[in-house]
Amino acid sequence: MEPAPHPRRGKILPFVPDGESWVARHVRDLPRSGIRDFFDLVQTMEGIVSLGIGEPGECTPWNIREQAIFALELGKTGYTSNIGLPRLRRAISRYMERLTGVRYDPEEEILVTVGVSEALDCALRAIVNPGEQILFAEPSYVAYSPGVVLAHGVPVGVPTRFEDTFRLRAEELAEKARPGVKALLLNSPANPTGTMVKEEELEKIAGICRRENWVVLSDEIYAELTYEKPHRSIASLPGMKERTIVFNGLSKAFAMTGFRLGWACGPAPLIAAMVKIHQYSMLCAPILSQEAGVEALEHGAAEVEAMRRIYQKKRNYLWRSLTALGFPCHSPEGAFYLFPSIAPFGLSSKEFALRLLREALVAVVPGTAFGPSGEGHLRCSFSPRMEELEEAVGRLSRWMRKSFPKKSDPAARS
Amino acid sequence: MSKEPSFSAELLHLLEENSLRSPELLGKLLDREPSEVEQEIARLEKEKVILAYKAIVDDEKAQRRTVKAVIEVKLVPERGGGFDRLARRIARYPEVTSCFLMSGGYDLLVFLEGSTLQEVALFVSEKLATLRGVTSTATHFMLRTYKQQGVLVGDAAETDRLPISP
Ligand SMILES: Cc1ncc(COP(=O)(O)O)c(C=O)c1O
Repeated sequence: MEPAPHPRRGKILPFVPDGESWVARHVRDLPRSGIRDFFDLVQTMEGIVSLGIGEPGECTPWNIREQAIFALELGKTGYTSNIGLPRLRRAISRYMERLTGVRYDPEEEILVTVGVSEALDCALRAIVNPGEQILFAEPSYVAYSPGVVLAHGVPVGVPTRFEDTFRLRAEELAEKARPGVKALLLNSPANPTGTMVKEEELEKIAGICRRENWVVLSDEIYAELTYEKPHRSIASLPGMKERTIVFNGLSKAFAMTGFRLGWACGPAPLIAAMVKIHQYSMLCAPILSQEAGVEALEHGAAEVEAMRRIYQKKRNYLWRSLTALGFPCHSPEGAFYLFPSIAPFGLSSKEFALRLLREALVAVVPGTAFGPSGEGHLRCSFSPRMEELEEAVGRLSRWMRKSFPKKSDPAARS
Repeated sequence: MSKEPSFSAELLHLLEENSLRSPELLGKLLDREPSEVEQEIARLEKEKVILAYKAIVDDEKAQRRTVKAVIEVKLVPERGGGFDRLARRIARYPEVTSCFLMSGGYDLLVFLEGSTLQEVALFVSEKLATLRGVTSTATHFMLRTYKQQGVLVGDAAETDRLPISP
């Protein structure tokens, strides 16, 4: 016999969990990365040549890879000290002194992290009280704004302009000074523009930070990749080491992105605060990467210099090629990106990048992935291997001639 | 940053990597005009700094059955000329692909190519070993190539980057 129907059957809706509603508001409201959208699309396509990569196109130097293999053979598979292997911290201290002229105590002023990414996250979480503002030049590296939001801070992008080679101007920074600003996040040489802060400007910026009592978070991951003048760390200016956390790592100059190794150097109390976060969230950076890191810092200088020279040539090549095709473009002083303007072609960054991808099978990153002031630009990396760069330039030239016959023909312009 | 290498040093380096690079491309890489590059290459060729342009071939893929050997050769040095006259004479044989004067237990290292084992063996015993001034030879046959002239042979490409990354 059928059981009698439950009197309330049909009235109660089955419980369907609404995943979204569990997500914290500040996370839910975080926009999806502009790069991810583009990445998903590129993934579905075949035969792409990419100028969209944000890492070295060449593999890690062999001596460093070999050291990682050897460490594995020796059975180095455990945790390390939270703050990193003592040998590595000493090597970092020597390296940073060579690079910036500033000496950091390996015991108290250096923290080894999983890339600059984690170091930056720890620093933001360590210094930001809810609602405090963090300033940075925009267009900026994609993680800055979300990183600040995730630390419950308020990101304040200071727009920079193409006409000004995307330089952060001290006067414009000074205008942002108000109670509630906690720190300036500096990136020189910069992703995505390749711009370096000029020496005189750096001094003025340092003056503002001292006057306003701001912390400086200085992301110097491209410090070794400079093509005109050597890098100058803001921490090396008088009175600045005390208020600056410098970030660096092995990803770019040593071509070790996948090793995920970086570090922060700064005043002991700030590093100690970061260690509190790092020890509970990450415990330590992977030991194999740390072992390889010692080799990189102690025996990698010649390879880094050789790679720098190759980047410089590839920069010349891509800059000359894009300029000849009619793109207004600065020759970047550092990092491995060109950030050409697409103003002459009457398309938005996204439209341009999409058409270039679909019609010419060349991937670039639309400038808007780096903030609203990136509109009207593309990020083109010159780190891919030479054959790939040539192929990309060939495709781009043919496509430009077809799509913008007047503007991209140098003969027609002159 | 250490001292920048000269224009011709950089040019040679780029051509050694790939000698098919055009003057236009080389000009862009080195921030020079193509005509400057052409002139410099012409000078390097004329002065025999650049000796030749060649292709590096994977013999296995090209299905070549050539036999390659290295031979350690000991010589009696000659009054006045040292090893030069004899070394140059040995280098002239078309079977010899490279020839170097060495320090250590022997004097010349000779690279040979032939179509069969016998051919190479015969060359060593009949031509090389019988030269006046050659006191001994030790022949080693090459079995497989893993790297030649700076190029890895038979390995897959080393990097596999995501097409888009931050
Ligand atoms: C400016 C900048 N900072 C940080 C990072 C992340 O570096 P890491 O690999 O050390 O986490 C990148 C990588 O693209 C970058 O461009």
